[in-house]
Amino acid sequence: MIPYPFAYHRPNSLSEAQSLLASLPDAKLLAGGQTLVPAMKLRLANPAALIDISNVRELSLIRDDGANLSIGAGAKHADVAQSVSVKQTIPALSALAEGIGDSAVRHMGTLGGSVANNDPAADYPAACLGLGATVRTTRRSVSADDFFTGMFSTDLEDGEIIIDISFPKPLRAAYAKFENPASRYAMVGVFVAQFAASARVAVTGAAPCVFRVPEMEAALAGNFIPDSISAIKISPEGLNADIHGSAEYRAHLVTVMAKRAVKLALGTPT
Amino acid sequence: MTAVTMVVNSERRSADIEDRTLLVHFLRDALGLTGTHIGCDTSQCGACVVHVNGRPVKSCTMFAVQAHGANVLTIEGVAEDGKLHVVQEAFREHHGLQCGFCTPGMIMTALDIIDRRPNIDRRMIRQELTGNLCRCTGYQNIASAIEDAAKRVAGAVR
Repeated sequence: MIPYPFAYHRPNSLSEAQSLLASLPDAKLLAGGQTLVPAMKLRLANPAALIDISNVRELSLIRDDGANLSIGAGAKHADVAQSVSVKQTIPALSALAEGIGDSAVRHMGTLGGSVANNDPAADYPAACLGLGATVRTTRRSVSADDFFTGMFSTDLEDGEIIIDISFPKPLRAAYAKFENPASRYAMVGVFVAQFAASARVAVTGAAPCVFRVPEMEAALAGNFIPDSISAIKISPEGLNADIHGSAEYRAHLVTVMAKRAVKLALGTPT
Repeated sequence: MTAVTMVVNSERRSADIEDRTLLVHFLRDALGLTGTHIGCDTSQCGACVVHVNGRPVKSCTMFAVQAHGANVLTIEGVAEDGKLHVVQEAFREHHGLQCGFCTPGMIMTALDIIDRRPNIDRRMIRQELTGNLCRCTGYQNIASAIEDAAKRVAGAVR
């Protein structure tokens, strides 16, 4: 399968990427291309120009800022999975990265590409929302709560480029995913995190867009154990339903996977 | 047309191609390196895995222009001086293939697995192979080949 023709550009700096994005009509950023390239091959996406940002070094840094861990938008999943700094500060994040797609996909796909695409079954949006991360762009900083706005849509504006994402370090956290056995995308994935005075629970795969479960968060803030949430039921209303599972099935899975995530975070075998 | 140059199997190779040319088509059609296969063409099956700057990638899901200036290794560059690589040898000995269509991708992925996880066990080998599909073997002999090759590589290093 061959895409429609396009013109390829590979800037070496963020400012060069920004001016290309501003001047080229109908241009798209190319990060790892693990969603965009297949979409172009199917001719579902037909940009006139691609701006490959993989050479922009300032986008791939992983920095420990004390209270937060900042990961560049261009960091590949394999790099996040293997980063000593990520493993030491937020091991749940490296484990999540290690579980995305397959090995070859992880060597191309990037954090920024994943969150900008906001696939309803992507893993990273759950980590961003579950940790209360902040997305820093070439124009501003946006909290994860405001960033993910719907199916395949975000708060990003035209011409805006994600620079990095800053993840607050939790006391403990974990991600538990129930994979579709064929595609390995999350049927339901739940990211839980415990902070000093609060807890966060974010769910991917179950609905058109990643979402939080305030009732579970309140219960886990009181006592961060699986039993705190076992009686909490999620309404199937508005959840995804397809040949792989009904909305009711996914609703049930949310509680199951949330409990498993809490167990994992506590270091007890599931 | 764009002039694209990369080092493929230690040789500098160039061609004038359209920007939309996939890396796998560049390798197969422009360079005649047909060992890299196109299976699903949707980045599921892994028959097209090659190494770009040491990383295993699916060459059906990358444009050749993205690899401009890169160092690329394909299955044709794995054996040295007519002698099979230890991973290739292990696939032969353990009969880690039947029709052989997936084998180039399997071997390119196996090289990376062994490089990253020298002490890998069988369960992890199967997990690491999630991006490489084989319709013949049931993976049993592929896992045996990789397990054995990993041991031999670790032994040689020690």
